[in-house]
Amino acid sequence: MTEQDTPIAVGIDLGTTNCALAFATGASDTPQPLQVPQVIAAGEVTPRALLPSFLYFPSDAEFGAGALALPWYPGARDVVGTFARAQGAATPARLVSSAKSWLSYGGVDRRGEILPWDAPDEVPKVSPLQASARYLAHLRAAWDEEHPDHPLDEQDVVLTVPASFDAVARELTTEAATLAGFDEAPRLLEEPQAAMYDWLAQRGNAWRQEVAVGDVILVVDVGGGTTDLSLIAVREVEGELQLERIAVGDHILLGGDNMDLALAHTVRARLEDAGKSIDDWQMRALTHACRAGKEALLSDESEDSYPLAIAGRGSKLIGSTVRTELTAEDVQRVLLDGFFPVVESSARPQVPRRVGLTAIGLPYASDAAMTRHLAAFLGRTADTSDDARTFAHPTAILFNGGVTRSPRVRERICEVLGAWTRAEGGETPRVLEGTDAELAVCRGAAYYAQSRRHGGLRIRGGTAQAHYIGIERAELAVPGIPPRVDAVCVAPFGMEEGTEVELDQVFGLVLGEPVSFQFFGSAGREDDTVGAVVKPSDVTELSPLETTLEGTDGEVVHVKLHARVTEVGTLELSAVEDGSSRRWKLSFNVRVE
Amino acid sequence: MEPLDFVSRVILAVIAPWRVLFDGRYAASVKGIDEPPKALPEPTKPKEPEIKPTEEERDLTPALQLLAILQREGRLIDFLQEDLAGASDGDIGAAARVVHDGCKKGIADYLDLAQIRAEEEGDKVELEAGFDAARIKVTGNVVGDPPFKGTLAHHGWVVDKIRLPDLAEGHDPSIVAPAEVEL
Repeated sequence: MTEQDTPIAVGIDLGTTNCALAFATGASDTPQPLQVPQVIAAGEVTPRALLPSFLYFPSDAEFGAGALALPWYPGARDVVGTFARAQGAATPARLVSSAKSWLSYGGVDRRGEILPWDAPDEVPKVSPLQASARYLAHLRAAWDEEHPDHPLDEQDVVLTVPASFDAVARELTTEAATLAGFDEAPRLLEEPQAAMYDWLAQRGNAWRQEVAVGDVILVVDVGGGTTDLSLIAVREVEGELQLERIAVGDHILLGGDNMDLALAHTVRARLEDAGKSIDDWQMRALTHACRAGKEALLSDESEDSYPLAIAGRGSKLIGSTVRTELTAEDVQRVLLDGFFPVVESSARPQVPRRVGLTAIGLPYASDAAMTRHLAAFLGRTADTSDDARTFAHPTAILFNGGVTRSPRVRERICEVLGAWTRAEGGETPRVLEGTDAELAVCRGAAYYAQSRRHGGLRIRGGTAQAHYIGIERAELAVPGIPPRVDAVCVAPFGMEEGTEVELDQVFGLVLGEPVSFQFFGSAGREDDTVGAVVKPSDVTELSPLETTLEGTDGEVVHVKLHARVTEVGTLELSAVEDGSSRRWKLSFNVRVE
Repeated sequence: MEPLDFVSRVILAVIAPWRVLFDGRYAASVKGIDEPPKALPEPTKPKEPEIKPTEEERDLTPALQLLAILQREGRLIDFLQEDLAGASDGDIGAAARVVHDGCKKGIADYLDLAQIRAEEEGDKVELEAGFDAARIKVTGNVVGDPPFKGTLAHHGWVVDKIRLPDLAEGHDPSIVAPAEVEL
């Protein structure tokens, strides 16, 4: 096979706030980011490594013809990327943002055209699925423009998803890729694993000296809008060091953007106390300025304050510019103590994770304290064989995401975690250095694609959640009371790609009629095996599973449920006739009545 | 042709009109005296004049684009168009921060700027023969031939690379900042 024929290893980070693509041509090339052409102002196109995950629908009167043209799409009437974000900041009703969070949120119809959320009727709407597909399609077009002889869907593409994505969100992600024109669904990889791969790639063979058997690596991935936690254990198998992802955290909608906004509100309140008011337009500029200030103050402890100057919107700059500052004390109080407070290892997020869906909207984390979310995660992944430990003790930390570039944030997390582990006789975890916070995920994904083809280290892990189906109990029916339901494990945690399991229970199902099962997931129950029965309240309900069993109407067949992890990493459930090979695929119904 | 002395010219001035009147041949030889003398060498015609492009004909799009970027990112035109008389240094300083932060970002995004000389300003430098006079300007005691020894007064700037955004067809670059109306 010639160099020309070998597919290029491509990693795509489809992020909540930014997308990026990295690629590596040869077996030993370092993955490089693709510079993605995008509209950055009306009529101006320039390539950037990051494509902000925003889609803006302008009004017909807003821009002249061609103002949003892309090299591959001269007639574009809407816009993705930098300009979408900038324009949408001033006109939020026309902006689609956080499509990825909507994609993983079961409270809405994810195939329904619901975004921009709460937009007036005249604004075109797309589904979370279509919006995600738009970002992927933009990356694909940018790639094909630059590599006309190597179309993207013929390359080895790996697409990253949060580790906390359940089976439904993963399935929808591959569906978005299909919608974006990928004939073959890209392989999925969890983001914290991708960050870990990037670290391994940066370290080369030296990683074997930096971690040892028995190490447990905590990956803390704080993105713009979400936080993802994973634990990766270093084990020895047949004399070789091996990495295995042993636990993943819940989906936490809390990230760097929340911190910038919190700081901006603090500064605004202080300005208002001093009798100066700022409008919404200036508030956005203030949020931007606070981000820069946060980064400066977090990286240099000797600075007491960072000057903020917020211009008015009009052409008069002098006199209308509000001058204030962000102080080190603000950052300490709002950011470190607010988002990373020093808490006990027994602390837990203060508000229950799930409340009734009173107001529809994204389920933002109601407790902003990352350290409490971290305590909850480690607490539920405690090693049950060791009674002395009330939580899993990480021995090393790998940070990813913009916020974690700050040494003070890193120090705080290490300090809190170190106090917990030392209290139980452990060591303070050390920090694994050397990844790039912005591009680690897509680069790591490309490295993974590369090492799959050319042979290289793999992180083992399998499925990140255990999945359950709801089965009604066979009891006397009581009028007015719905029958009680048991959640039965149909696919345990850690199933590897290409494996299939079968649930022993046999169901009698009528052909020709739609059937539906309740479907549940849990990231915290690593020990349940196939057939294990749990209370539905202990797991999280996902979208129902549906199928219509085609065949002779009225015939009753006895089926068993099978769960298979596909090669790309999605979970596939099917009903298989007992004693024959007839098979019906069950699909997720993400429409919400 | 040697010029005539003054006396000879006076005599000639007196007799010439008469000879023109009564001597046909003489008159013929003088005809055309008010035209440029044919004997003079033809003035060298300017070679095909280089058509210097007028301002309108030159493509000024990149200049306007850079201006638009500096205005968009750092409000540069707003700032320069303001009257500073009467404004306090504090207010000017606050505005300057906006301009500085934004323009710096704008420049970093689209230009690769580098110092021409890596030495510290104030350092002694030596210029070899054949140094690039476009990149290095020598002043002061400029005598003799290089090598020159001197002190670096300004390290210079050079744009290594400029990558302005591609413009859509029909985009009017002279609009460096559209008017904004909040609805």
